[in-house]
Amino acid sequence: MADLDNQTPTGGNRIDEATGTSTVGHEWDGIEELNTPLPRWWLWTFYLTIVWALGYVILYPAWPMIDGATKGALGWSSRGQLEQELAADAKRRAPTVDAIAATDIVDLPAKPALMQAAVQGGGAAFRVHCVQCHGAGGAGLKKLYPSLTDDDWLWGGDLGSIHYTITNGIRNPDHPGTRTSQMPAFGRDGILEPAQIADAVSFVRVISRQEKPSPSSARGATVFETNCAVCHGAGGEGGRQVGAPKLTDAIWLYGGDRDSLTATINQPRNGVMPRWGERLDPVTIKMLATYVYSLGGGEKTPVAPTAKGQGADGQP
Amino acid sequence: MASPEDLTGAPASLYAARKGVYPKKVDGFFRRLKWAIMAVTLAIYYGTPWIRWDRGPYAPDQAVLVDLAHRRFYMFQIEIWPHEFYYVAGLLIMAGIGLFLVTSAVGRAWCGYACPQTVWTDLFQHVDRLIDGDRNAQLRLANGQWSIEKLAKRGLKYLVYLTVAFWTGGAWIMYFADAPTLTHDFWTGQAAPIAYGTVAVLTATTFVLGGFMREQVCIYMCPWPRIQTAMMDEKSLLVTYKDWRGEPRGSVKKGQAHPGTFGDCVDCNQCVAVCPTGIDIREGPQIGCITCALCIDACDGVMSQIGRPRGLIDYCTLDDAASEKAGGVAQPVRKTLMRPRTLLYLGVWSAIGAAMLFSLGQRTRLDLAVQHERSPLYVQLSDGHIRNTYTLKLRNMEARPRRVAVTVSGLPGAALWSETGSRGAAGDRIEVPLAPDSVTRVKLFVVAPGGGPARQDFTIAARALDRDPGGDSETIQFDQPEPGQ
Ligand code: SF4
Ligand code: SF4
Repeated sequence: MADLDNQTPTGGNRIDEATGTSTVGHEWDGIEELNTPLPRWWLWTFYLTIVWALGYVILYPAWPMIDGATKGALGWSSRGQLEQELAADAKRRAPTVDAIAATDIVDLPAKPALMQAAVQGGGAAFRVHCVQCHGAGGAGLKKLYPSLTDDDWLWGGDLGSIHYTITNGIRNPDHPGTRTSQMPAFGRDGILEPAQIADAVSFVRVISRQEKPSPSSARGATVFETNCAVCHGAGGEGGRQVGAPKLTDAIWLYGGDRDSLTATINQPRNGVMPRWGERLDPVTIKMLATYVYSLGGGEKTPVAPTAKGQGADGQP
Repeated sequence: MASPEDLTGAPASLYAARKGVYPKKVDGFFRRLKWAIMAVTLAIYYGTPWIRWDRGPYAPDQAVLVDLAHRRFYMFQIEIWPHEFYYVAGLLIMAGIGLFLVTSAVGRAWCGYACPQTVWTDLFQHVDRLIDGDRNAQLRLANGQWSIEKLAKRGLKYLVYLTVAFWTGGAWIMYFADAPTLTHDFWTGQAAPIAYGTVAVLTATTFVLGGFMREQVCIYMCPWPRIQTAMMDEKSLLVTYKDWRGEPRGSVKKGQAHPGTFGDCVDCNQCVAVCPTGIDIREGPQIGCITCALCIDACDGVMSQIGRPRGLIDYCTLDDAASEKAGGVAQPVRKTLMRPRTLLYLGVWSAIGAAMLFSLGQRTRLDLAVQHERSPLYVQLSDGHIRNTYTLKLRNMEARPRRVAVTVSGLPGAALWSETGSRGAAGDRIEVPLAPDSVTRVKLFVVAPGGGPARQDFTIAARALDRDPGGDSETIQFDQPEPGQ
């Protein structure tokens, strides 16, 4: 309770002799608090902050009510501001977006500035729509989703092919334009005997230089010729018309060891990709294609074969 | 615990009005020193942006320029890039140690002479004397009734304050853009809004802080005095009233000789009248004292008039004060200034300065920074090779276009290409053109035969392809799957 020693007989506080200022009556271990007045400008600054706060409360949303805050005289809202900023940004990007829309995708690489903008925009879209399966950098996931960064393409790695794949998807059930093909379940459906499958596996491992030729692989060559060559090519060089992977290289989506290959022939997986053409706008898809193309495996656009010779070399 | 009644003894008002300070004009050694320092600091402040410096066609010609838009800092020969910000950190450390040095030697000399608040306060107080007259006239005017004369004088005074304040703000923005162009744009209404905003804010703050708040900034707002007093010791020089010599006080009529029956202080209050912060130094060291030494000048004048030795108020250390009080003599000032502590600070300060100068001379103007693409760490190619991707940041810090060759070493069988090339044309180096004074980003693909260790360090080097073959290199990791995987 009140420290009575500290009070003057009239009930006011003691006046400190050294400074002539009255004390507020607090005392800790003999240290007393002086009631020193504030400088006037401090006080005025304080009043000003009150005025400011009042103005703020009137002008801006501030007071919480049952169904949201007061609106504020200026009608400002953070959502409205975001909308404005988005609209302004769309306006700022409009020339670039229009230019990309107006350019055929295969002509984009010839316009470096536009290509760069497209790759950046595509990167942003990729991080929203594609990373779930293909991974943050497009590296894919072993035994599930193909890597988009290497030089092996199931359906073609030029701008046009990538663009087509993204637009129409792969094995999308209800769409005529979708990329489609089906590897038969040779084991499950009893088309091949387990011994034949083992021989075919040996043959595939020989052409991909993982094994030395053996009697089994020699038998497998015949199995391959009658059952697999239609899609994968006579030498296992793959067929992009039907997305049949190349079997002679070092890249295996579902694994290149004996067990994995046997499993694939027994019961193939036939992966599916959504048809983005119905979800994203054409410019976004174009930008996505350029981004995927830029990941390191982009190929030159194949030139239609002429009388003189072949198309592109398949290397960018 | 205090009961509500405890608070009833509070003073009548919750605030205290500022007591006006009307410092009297004074002349003397320290006043002249203060004039000189004011002239030099103001000249530096107003003049520096106008110094031109030829840096060739690709860089600005202003000697001192903080180019925020391009994130460059130019200071005469030196050009600082954002990643070299440690030079600025070094300067700040030097400023800190410099403050230790000055404070341990001469107390709050920074406050008294070089602090902008002091310089501008001094300037504004001089304006007061020019327009209102000296201390007595100012007091008379302040306490007098409002009249045409008072109105006119106040109006004129605030106009001059505003002009000074405006020039102060105006000079500040010159450090951030080409000064002649900005001046022209400013007056023709074409400068950036931020320029006008900055000038407005600085004009307002100078007007208020220099014109009205003055010593209140030093006493209530500034943290410096609290910090600085912690750096002083009993050997630091402080403005001291030698009470053992001055007390008891007595009064002597003007022009009379000192009778010698009391101390040297004749209670003429001159030291209080000239003090720009309005304190009485005879009450001992206090937070309001900025060590400007004007009271020394004032008191020395009085002492010569009454025929007593000067130095009743003087720069004096606590040690000297004690020894003089005991009847001894003070150490010579030279010894006070040059003692182990100050010499140590001076040594550290100059060592940092020398190291910075040396490193400025040594730094390369071509800088390479490499970032390894993380997702994916590596890419397996169809022929079994492994590809890693890197982002190179090449900084050409010279004001001329250059070409550099990027090569790799320490990675057997490696080939490289950039995003503009293709693997078909991969080779042992790529060439990159660099625009003057700019950063160029390059995506670098490095391919190597697989089968090596999962992680391997190798070096990427960038070397300029011109008469000055400076360069930079960085060691970075090449990743591939574990062997046998
Ligand atoms: S007391 Fe003397 S040194 Fe201190 S601020 Fe006043 S005039 Fe300056
Ligand atoms: S100026 Fe000197 S003599 Fe006059 S009051 Fe101050 S200390 Fe005393």
